[in-house]
Amino acid sequence: MSFLSKQNKTTLTEPLNLNNPIVAQVLGICSALAVTSQLKPAIVMGLSVTIITAMANVVISLLRKTIPNRIRIIVQLVVVAALVTIVSMVLKAYFYDVSVQLSVYVGLIITNCILMGRLEAFAMQNKVLPSLLDGIGNGLGYAWILVVVAFFRELLGNGTLLGYTVIPQSFYDLGYQNNGMMTMPAMALIIVGCVIWANCAYNNRKK
Amino acid sequence: MSKKLNTNSNLYIIIYAALMVVIVAFLLAFVSKALQKKSDANVAIDKKAQILSSLNLRDIDKDQVEAKYAEVVKQEDDSDDTPIYICKVEGQTKYVVPVSGMGLWGGIWGYVGINDDGNTVYGSYFSHQSETAGLGALIADQPFQDQFKGKKIFGNDGEVALSVVKVGKKIEGLDAQSRCDAITGATLTSDGVDQMLKACLSKYKNKLAHEAQDTTATKVIK
Repeated sequence: MSFLSKQNKTTLTEPLNLNNPIVAQVLGICSALAVTSQLKPAIVMGLSVTIITAMANVVISLLRKTIPNRIRIIVQLVVVAALVTIVSMVLKAYFYDVSVQLSVYVGLIITNCILMGRLEAFAMQNKVLPSLLDGIGNGLGYAWILVVVAFFRELLGNGTLLGYTVIPQSFYDLGYQNNGMMTMPAMALIIVGCVIWANCAYNNRKK
Repeated sequence: MSKKLNTNSNLYIIIYAALMVVIVAFLLAFVSKALQKKSDANVAIDKKAQILSSLNLRDIDKDQVEAKYAEVVKQEDDSDDTPIYICKVEGQTKYVVPVSGMGLWGGIWGYVGINDDGNTVYGSYFSHQSETAGLGALIADQPFQDQFKGKKIFGNDGEVALSVVKVGKKIEGLDAQSRCDAITGATLTSDGVDQMLKACLSKYKNKLAHEAQDTTATKVIK
């Protein structure tokens, strides 16, 4: 089996577009609303979810033949919670600033539906390598949607990107105002809706 | 020869669960113990950086925090429940007192830097556990903290007057000198900051007055 056989490639790339966890499966929405008011936390959250889904998928895939069917959800939850806790402890020791940023999201990562969804739907039935790719693919699929939503929310809500002001003062002098609504979670839902619409339109046209 | 393991038997499930819990517990305990020294050091540096921030010494490189802290903070007094840090910034004595309280979702805390009159705010720093990003979390940003500069902590009656109040709200007897604006859309977090300041700073009433007298006294002698 080659590393990137056709099937593995599909496993990795499908969640980016056609089977995107947010856009197509509509999973992980609540965390997507919570962390997208600014670009930086969205990127941090996207990357952490990618790492955790990949790792959890690998662990569960390794254990899949031994896990008793009746307590499988508990086992998955323990694996995810243990991984997240370990990662956050390592970050605290080596990348303190990132861990401070992340501390709010640790709970959100553990309860993220995407993780449980992938473990249950994919890692329980598949070998280690495809599970790893599936985890990375789904994590990145989640991350890019978060980044797109956060881009618009931060730009229109605060006039900044990654904390740097990008809308020139002359715009404000002409009467332009930041849209405070954008910082509210409700607008995140609307932007996610727009992204889903754009994505569907794109995919339908390709067909 | 080997019989396939029945993963659905009760015995297997119980042993599996027990083993899993023990392994995970050991793993977590081991990682936590192994990294404790390093993360404790990070927490200590972060605390020092926060204290420096309350003296308007912000964005100091992580490697230089220790040196700067040693240069600025002359005396740490945390013997009782009212710890105070006595500092010297640009030749002037400043006091830093820690404050902590409750925000909307979790704990909030901070440090207030005070001039040597024991009344005027020199700078402030606030942070939070899990306030809403973009709203309550703004208390950790500089614009919110900067408005405390130059405000008076104690009113004419000697009680803590420093308040965080909604823009435009009228409060009887509240001097503009002690008034800071709340964050729009984050009323509960702002109220939390308000209550935190009142509760924590009132404990320092006598101590600050005492310290202020001391400095005036030494000035006279010198």
